[in-house]
Amino acid sequence: MKKWFKSGDPWIWMIGGAVSISIIMVVGLLLLIAVRGLGHFWQPPIIETTFHDDGQEVVVLGTIRNAETVTAQAVRDAGFEVPEEQEIVQRYLFHLGNRDLTGRDFQWFIGDFLEEFRYPEDAIMLERREWGNFFGYLVALKRDGEVIAEGEEAFVRLPELLARSNELVGNAVSIERYDIGRINFAIEQERLEQRRIELNDRLSDEERAERIARSQAEVNRLNAEYEKLHAELVELRASGRRDALVARTSDGQEVTINLGDVVRATRANTMTIPEKMREYGSRFWAFMTGYPREANTEGGIFPAIFGTVMMVFIMSIVVTPFGVLAAIYLREYAKQGPVTRIVRISVNNLAGVPSIVFGVFGLGFFVYFLGGNIDQLFYPERLPAPTFGSPGLIWASLTLALLTLPVVIVSTEEGLTRIPKAMREGSLALGATKAETLWKVIVPVSTPAMMTGLILAVARAAGEVAPLMLVGVVKLAPNLPVDGQFPYIHLERRIMHLGFHIYDVGFQSPNAEAARPLVYATALILVLLILVLNLTAIAVRNRLREKYKSESD
Amino acid sequence: MSSNATSAGRPISARELLPDAEARTKLRRIRHFKDLTTRFMVSTAGYGVVISLALIFVFLFTEIVPLLRGANLGEPVSYQVPGTDAPTLHIVSERYQEAAVRFAEDGTVSFFDPTDGRDLMEQVIDFEGGQVVSHANAEPRTRIVAFGLDNGRVALAEHDYDLTYPDDVRLVTPKLGYPVEDSIITIDDQGQPLNVIGVQRGDPGIGIVAYTADGRLLLTRFTSQRSFMTGETEFVPSQYELPAPPAAPTRILLDITMRNLLIGDAQGFLHYYDISNPEQAVLRDSRQVIEGVGNSVTAMEFLLGTVSIIVGGSDGSVAQYFLVRDEGNVGRITRIREFDQHPGAITSIFPEYSRKGFVVGDAAGHVGVHYGTSASTLLIKRVSDHPLQSVAVTPRNNGMLWTDGTGQIHYASLWNRHPESSIKSLWRKVWYEGRSSRDYVWQSSSATDEFEPKFSLIPLSVGTLKAAFYAMLFAMPLAIFGAIYTAYFMSPKMRGLVKPTIEVMEALPTVILGFLAGLWMAPFVENHLPAVFSVLLLLPLFMLGTAWLWGSLPRSIRYLVPPGWEAAILIPLVLFTGWLCVTLSPLIEVWFFDGSMRQWFTDVGITYDQRNALVVGIAMGFAVIPTIFSIAEDAVFNVPKHLTQGSLALGATPWQTVIGVVLLTASPGIFSAVMIGFGRAVGETMIVLMATGNSPVVNFNIFEGMRTLSANIAVEMPEAAVGSTHYRLLFLAALVLFGFTFILNTIAEVVRQRLRAKYSSL
Repeated sequence: MKKWFKSGDPWIWMIGGAVSISIIMVVGLLLLIAVRGLGHFWQPPIIETTFHDDGQEVVVLGTIRNAETVTAQAVRDAGFEVPEEQEIVQRYLFHLGNRDLTGRDFQWFIGDFLEEFRYPEDAIMLERREWGNFFGYLVALKRDGEVIAEGEEAFVRLPELLARSNELVGNAVSIERYDIGRINFAIEQERLEQRRIELNDRLSDEERAERIARSQAEVNRLNAEYEKLHAELVELRASGRRDALVARTSDGQEVTINLGDVVRATRANTMTIPEKMREYGSRFWAFMTGYPREANTEGGIFPAIFGTVMMVFIMSIVVTPFGVLAAIYLREYAKQGPVTRIVRISVNNLAGVPSIVFGVFGLGFFVYFLGGNIDQLFYPERLPAPTFGSPGLIWASLTLALLTLPVVIVSTEEGLTRIPKAMREGSLALGATKAETLWKVIVPVSTPAMMTGLILAVARAAGEVAPLMLVGVVKLAPNLPVDGQFPYIHLERRIMHLGFHIYDVGFQSPNAEAARPLVYATALILVLLILVLNLTAIAVRNRLREKYKSESD
Repeated sequence: MSSNATSAGRPISARELLPDAEARTKLRRIRHFKDLTTRFMVSTAGYGVVISLALIFVFLFTEIVPLLRGANLGEPVSYQVPGTDAPTLHIVSERYQEAAVRFAEDGTVSFFDPTDGRDLMEQVIDFEGGQVVSHANAEPRTRIVAFGLDNGRVALAEHDYDLTYPDDVRLVTPKLGYPVEDSIITIDDQGQPLNVIGVQRGDPGIGIVAYTADGRLLLTRFTSQRSFMTGETEFVPSQYELPAPPAAPTRILLDITMRNLLIGDAQGFLHYYDISNPEQAVLRDSRQVIEGVGNSVTAMEFLLGTVSIIVGGSDGSVAQYFLVRDEGNVGRITRIREFDQHPGAITSIFPEYSRKGFVVGDAAGHVGVHYGTSASTLLIKRVSDHPLQSVAVTPRNNGMLWTDGTGQIHYASLWNRHPESSIKSLWRKVWYEGRSSRDYVWQSSSATDEFEPKFSLIPLSVGTLKAAFYAMLFAMPLAIFGAIYTAYFMSPKMRGLVKPTIEVMEALPTVILGFLAGLWMAPFVENHLPAVFSVLLLLPLFMLGTAWLWGSLPRSIRYLVPPGWEAAILIPLVLFTGWLCVTLSPLIEVWFFDGSMRQWFTDVGITYDQRNALVVGIAMGFAVIPTIFSIAEDAVFNVPKHLTQGSLALGATPWQTVIGVVLLTASPGIFSAVMIGFGRAVGETMIVLMATGNSPVVNFNIFEGMRTLSANIAVEMPEAAVGSTHYRLLFLAALVLFGFTFILNTIAEVVRQRLRAKYSSL
C-alpha cells in the first residue's frame, strides 16, 4: 500500500478526477438547460387524482411540474401533517392553473395522500391571454350565449372556432400595434414640430401662427383617422369574442371562457405522438416569434431576440473597423518598442476588466455626458424629456463595442503575426506601396482572423448583461428599435435583451414558478446562439492555422 | 515589361502601351496619396483606441475627484442690514436664494435678496408691549421662529414663500405667517420674563419650552386637531411644569417627537429630560460636555432629524452627541465625535436642511463648515474681524449668510457637495444615529428625509473578497489539477476533446450561470445539504478506491484502456457518487440531523440563507475554472520536453517529475492563471447579483450571502441621482474594480511574458 502511494499513481488518478468533475459539470449544465428548455414546449399529460386531507377529498387536476423526495421533517416544518413514524416522503408540484378562480397556480401535494393518477380524456388545458393556464373538462361551446355543440362534438368544433377568434384577435393587435402606433407617432411628431416652431425665435409672429395652424390641421386629420381605426378595432374585438366555451373545473364549478381570451387549447390525454410533435413545433414557433404577455412570464421572446441581434449588429459595425485598424496600426505601423508593448498589454488587460465598469463608464460618459449634450443641441423641443440622454440602443452598442474592442484587436493581431514575413517582403519588393501591401495582401489573408475576432466579440457581447442594465435594456419595450416610422431605426430607444430577460423574468417576476420553464427556454436559446458563434470562431481559427502551417512550410 | 517587348523583337515596343510620363507621375501621386491616407487612417484608429481606453480611466477618475474636495467659500458680498438698527436675532435664506429674511429684536421682519441686499418686503411682529429677552428657532425646514418676551409670553412666527411661474419664470413671493392662530401666546401665567426658550414642530404638533427668570421650566404643547365643524386644523394648548434644571440653562432643545428635551447650561453640562409623559417628566441623564472650569455651552443645535446635537463651547470646541440606549433601555447622552476646534468661542450653529451637516460661527470671526457622519471639518475660514453673531446656510447648501455686529449682512456662495465621504466614513467604523455602537454599514437610501446615508465600503469590499475567496476555493483545485493532468498525463486524443469543452465553458454567459445558481442550485443545495458534504468526503475516497482496484485488476483488462484515459474511467464513478449522495441525503438528514440539516444549523446558531456564499462559490468557481484551466494548461504543456524526459531518464516516476520539474518550471504560469481567475471573480456581477441575497453583511460565513462592489453598482446605479455623493461613490467602486483587476492582470501578463522568455531560452 505504502509503495503504491509512493509510486504516485493514486495522485494521478485524483487529479484526473478533477478533469472528470469539470467535464461532468459542463456537460451536465448544458444538458440541464437543454432538457428543461426543450421540455417546456412538450405537452405533458393532464393528471386527475384525489387528494385526501383530514378526511376531506379534493379532486386535483393539472400537470406535474416537479417531483422530489424530501425528509418528513422538512415537510412538517413547511406546515404539512405527516405521520410520526414516516421519515421520507415523495411530493409532487402540480400546475393547477385557474389562477383567476383559486388564486394559486402551483401547489405541492404529498404523494402518500394522493390516489392513483387518472388520465381523463375530456380534460383540456387552455393557454389564455390573461390569468395563465386553465385546466378543466370541456362541456360545451356557445355562440352569442347559445349552446352550439356539446360533448364530443364540442371537441371537434373547438379548433376551427379557436382559429377564427385567434385570427380576429391577431388582426386587432396588428391594427393596434402598427396602424394606431403609426398615428400616435405622427401626432407626437406634430406636437414636437409645434414646440419647435414656438422655440424658433427667427420666425415672425404671423409666420409662427400660420405654421402652428398648419400643423394643428394635420393633427386633426390624424385624430379623425384614429377615430376611424378605433371603430374598426372595436368591431374586430367584438367579432373575435363571439364564441365561448363552457368548461367544468376539478371542483365542479362551470365556467364560461370567451374564445377571444384563449391562445391555444389542448386535449392532452388523447393526443398521439405526432400530434404532440406538431403541437411542440407550433409552440416553439410561437415562442420564438411572439411578443411577451403577462409581465413577460408568458408568450414569446421575439422582441428580446430582435433587440439582442440589433444591438450586436450595431456594435459590430462600430467595433470591426476600429479594432482591425488599431490592430494593423499596432502590428504594421507602430514602432515596436516599450510603448507599443505597454499599449498591447493594456489592451490585453482591458479584456479582463469587469464588464460592469464599462457599464458605469457608458452611463456616465455616453448617456449623461454625450447624450445629454446631444439633447441640448438637437432636441431642445423634447426637453426635459430625454431623447438620447437616457439609456438606449446606441449607447448599449457603443458600450459593448468598447468592451469587445480588445477581443477584436487581440485576435486580429494574432492573425497578422501569423502571416509569413515573405509575403509582405515579396509584395514590397515588387514595388507595391505599404498601403497596397496592406489592402491587397495582408488584409485579405488575415480576414479569417478578423472574422474570428468579430465572432468572438459578438459571442461575448450577446451574453453580457451587467453593463446593459445601466445603459440600455429594459424589462418590456413597447416598440422595437426598427419600425415603419421615419427614421426607421430608432437608436435612442431602449431594447429588450435575451440575457436581461432571463434575469428579469427569473428574479423580478411576480409569478416566478410559472415563468421558470420560459426562463430555461430563453436560456437555451441564448446558450445555443453563443455556442454556435464560439464553435464557428474556433473552426475558422483552426482552418486558418492549418492554412498558414502549409503556406509557411 | 519593357524587356518583354524587346524580346518580342517588335519595333512598336510595349513602351507605348505604358502610360506616358505625365500619367505615370499622376498615378504615382495617387498611389502616394493612397499610401498616406491609409497611414493616416490606421494611425488615427490606433491612437483613437489608445485614447478611448485612456478616456475610461480619466473619466472615471474625474467623476470621483469632487469627492476629494473639501468645502469652498466664494468671495463674500456685504451690504447694510435691511430694516431697523435693532440687533439682528436670526437670518435665514429661502431655497432658491432669491429671498432671505432677518428677524430683529424690535419685531421687524425684513425680507431681502441675499445676493445683493435688495429690500423685498418688511413687516413687523406686534409684541403687544413686550420686550424680546430670548429667541429660538425650530428645525430650519419648519421655518418657525419664536421670541420669548419679558412678560411671560411668546411670539411665534413662520416665514414662508410662495412659488409662482408667470411666463415660465420662477417668482418667489415672501410672506410672514403665524403657525398658531394667535401670534402671541401666554406661557407663564405669573408673567415672568422668559429668559431662555426652545421651540419645535413635529408630527405631534408644536412644543415650546421656556425657562423663566425665577427658575421654572415650563412646557407648552399645541396638539393639532381637525375641527369637526369647519374641517380646519386648530391647535389645542396644554401646559406642564417640568422639574427645574440644576443650573441656569443657556440653550433649550426639544426634538420633533416631543419626547426628549435637552438643556445645555452655563457650567458646561448637558441635561436630558424624558418628557414622553410630560406630567411625569424625569431628568434621565446629565453629562459635562465642555471640559474646564468656567467654560460653558455657548451654542447648541440639533442636526436634521433632531437626533444628534452639536454642542459648541466657549473654548471653541465643537462636538456631536446623541442619546444611546443602555442596557436598561434608558437614553444616555453619548459623545459621538469631535470636530476641529475653532479659535474662538462658538457663537452660532446652523444645521443643513437636507443632510447631517452644519455651519458654525465663532467669536474670533471664523465660519466653519462641518459634517456629522463623516466627522469631517471641511472648512474653517476667517471672514471677519468681529465676533460673528449668527450664521445660516441656504437650504441647498450652496450659500452662507452671516452677521458680525457691524450692521452688515455678509453673503458668500458655498461649494459643499460631498461632505458625506471621507476616508474615515468610508473605511472606518462609524457611529450612526440610533445605533448602539460603531459599525460598518452600507445603506445608501431610505424613504425618509431625515435618513442618514451610511457609506461604509467595508461591507462591500469584504463581500467582494468573500465571494472571490469561495469561488477560488472551489475553482483552484479543480482547474489547476485538471490542467496538470490534461497537459501532462492525458492522451492526446482525449485532450483534443477535453480542452475545447472546457474552453466553451468560458463563453457561457454568466447570466445563465447566475440564473441556474439562484433558481436551481440554491434550493437544491438547501434541500440536499448532506449531499454537498458527503460528496466532498466520498469523492476523493472513491477515486482512491477506484485507482486501487484498477491497479489490482489483471493486466489483460487494464491494457484494454491505454494510459491517459483515467479521467474517462472516473466519469461514471463521479456520476455514481453524485447520485448516491443525493439519494442518501434525506436518509442522512434523518439519521444524524433530526430530519432537517438546515434546521439543525439554525439550532446550533449558524445562520443559513438559501442564496449563500456556498452557492456563489460553486457558480462563480464554475465561471472561473476555464480561465484558470486554459492558462495553466498552456503553461504546463509548454514546459520543454527535454526537462521532463531528462527527469524520467534519471529514474524519477512520472508523478515525481510532475512535482519536481513540471510544477516548478510552470509555477509562474499557474500563478498568473490564478491571478487572472481571481480578477475575474472579483469583478463578476450577474452571478453574485442573482445567487446571493445581496445583503451587505461583514462576515465570512459560507452559509450567508454578501453584496459585492459590482453587484452593488448594478443594483444602485440606475437609481442614484446624477452628481450626488452616492453616484460618485459608485464611480469610486467602479474605479477600484478597474484599478484592482487591471493591476492583477498586468502582474499576470508580465509574469507570463517572463515565463515565455524563459521557456524559449531553456
